[in-house]
Amino acid sequence: MRRSIWALPRMRLIATALIARNFLVWRKLMGPAIALNFGEPLIYLLGLGLGLGHLVGTVGGLPYLTFLASGVVASSAMTTVSFEGMYSVFTRMVPQKTYDAMMATPMDVDDIILGEVIWAALKGVISAAAILLVAAFLGAVPGGVMALWALPVVFLMGLAFAGPAIMMSAIAGSYDFFNYYFVLVVTPMFMLSGVFFPLDSFPPALQLVVQFLPLTHAVEVIRPLIVGQPVTQLGLHLLVLVGFAAVSFYGAVAMVRRRLWV
Amino acid sequence: MTQKIKVDDAAQAPVVQAQGLVKQFGDFRAVDDIGFVIKPGQCFGFLGPNGAGKTTTLKMLMGLSDFDAGSLMVLGQSLPAAARAIRARVGLVPQADNLDPDFTVRENLFMYARFFGLKPAMVAKRVDELLAFSELTHKADAKVETLSGGMKRRLTIARALINDPDIVVLDEPTTGLDPQVRHMIWARLAELRTRGVTLILTTHYMEEAERLCDELVVMDQGKILEQGAPAELVSRLVASDVIELRGAVSDGLFTTLRSMCQQAERHGTAVYVYTHAPAAVLAFLGEDTGLTIIHRRAGLEDVFLRLTGRGLRE
Repeated sequence: MRRSIWALPRMRLIATALIARNFLVWRKLMGPAIALNFGEPLIYLLGLGLGLGHLVGTVGGLPYLTFLASGVVASSAMTTVSFEGMYSVFTRMVPQKTYDAMMATPMDVDDIILGEVIWAALKGVISAAAILLVAAFLGAVPGGVMALWALPVVFLMGLAFAGPAIMMSAIAGSYDFFNYYFVLVVTPMFMLSGVFFPLDSFPPALQLVVQFLPLTHAVEVIRPLIVGQPVTQLGLHLLVLVGFAAVSFYGAVAMVRRRLWV
Repeated sequence: MTQKIKVDDAAQAPVVQAQGLVKQFGDFRAVDDIGFVIKPGQCFGFLGPNGAGKTTTLKMLMGLSDFDAGSLMVLGQSLPAAARAIRARVGLVPQADNLDPDFTVRENLFMYARFFGLKPAMVAKRVDELLAFSELTHKADAKVETLSGGMKRRLTIARALINDPDIVVLDEPTTGLDPQVRHMIWARLAELRTRGVTLILTTHYMEEAERLCDELVVMDQGKILEQGAPAELVSRLVASDVIELRGAVSDGLFTTLRSMCQQAERHGTAVYVYTHAPAAVLAFLGEDTGLTIIHRRAGLEDVFLRLTGRGLRE
């Protein structure tokens, strides 16, 4: 009679109801969201790309602005997805009790988390698309139209980052708890996954460690797509992202069940 | 007439059948071996002090809470296996407000319909009807956060009806509301019942239970103490009248009173005399007792206090 929190999650179409809900809320608050999506990368790319780029010159045969822009597409999607999976999901789960309201309908935790994971990944795509547009405007997308292939990869990496963030929400007592995840997970990946400088500048041991970080693999696929170079080891990179997405989705469903089931 | 109702009842399968339900939280037994049957179209109440296990029982009915032992059938299907199918035909009015603060009143109804898989076009007419039903038409485009507590509760009730449910479950539906809203909600709930909707509610307002419930159970510490229709419980468990004496009642007087009536209780400086023959008691007491004497009809509150005691629940 006791349900097991470890039962395999089911994927059902009703999860789209939650995506629709989040989209309608996003649309109402679109102005500030878009300003952030465009404004932040513009400042980053202009400041670092042009300023630092002037000192650095080229990195791995690319103008620094191009190198940076292709990395920031991925890292910014990571940040967006992590924020959504933590602050926004926690708000809906705990103070706002939105999930309680949904669970009184035929929706289960499985449907709610599936919807949240997809929605967070879509928000990651929106932010990546904004950066891509800004970068193109600055002439930092030599890959041309082919660079659009980066967006489905961003979606996949969004799924890989949404699960862990939602797991944090499931155990968080308050918003302050998320500081740990940002300091211990997001910021190190931001600095170590090849967004700002190439991995070969690291000592060999560190180069090995960063191979276990999902953002590294995302950057390894997204960067060549944007700069118009062939992607090497595409299968491996995608497999790592799919693995993170699948395992963390399962973990997120189990942990949210543990929190919300009584 | 009575005969006809009985025949109908026999023909209709119960909407809820619970047997031997147990719910354990660690060492604490929130629900301790309870069983009850709810007939279609009834208003069935769970009465009890805080922590009695009422809300947990409601959550079990909706498949939101697991149980550790027993069996539970709702609308002919058994829980927890059929939880989603059951929830599709049930509406819940929870104790705590969980309306969507990012949406207007109307959007809250449309959005909630989607969670039942109902597309906006399918429920447009129903949304208008529910806005009228809950007297919120003039607030349809207002943001939820601008609503008063009473309006929010009315919207929560309207939201619980969006899927045209066979059962509406209400957890303390009028707690914290002013008398006007409370009476309005009672009228709406009565209207729902005349449409054949089964109502299941928890309350600790005796007036609410007396007005609305056809049948109720009194719960305390996870157990069902008594079950019956409100009037039947009053006449069976206490007497028809209560005479309350305030002041210094001597032990001798108390003993005499107790011998004259069904039951007498002393609580602090008050004595409660439960009797079917109030005139005799009042005549015995006479005029010059020096006590404050209050004579009233016995009610559900007397049943409640009799069964659950007068100690504070904290």
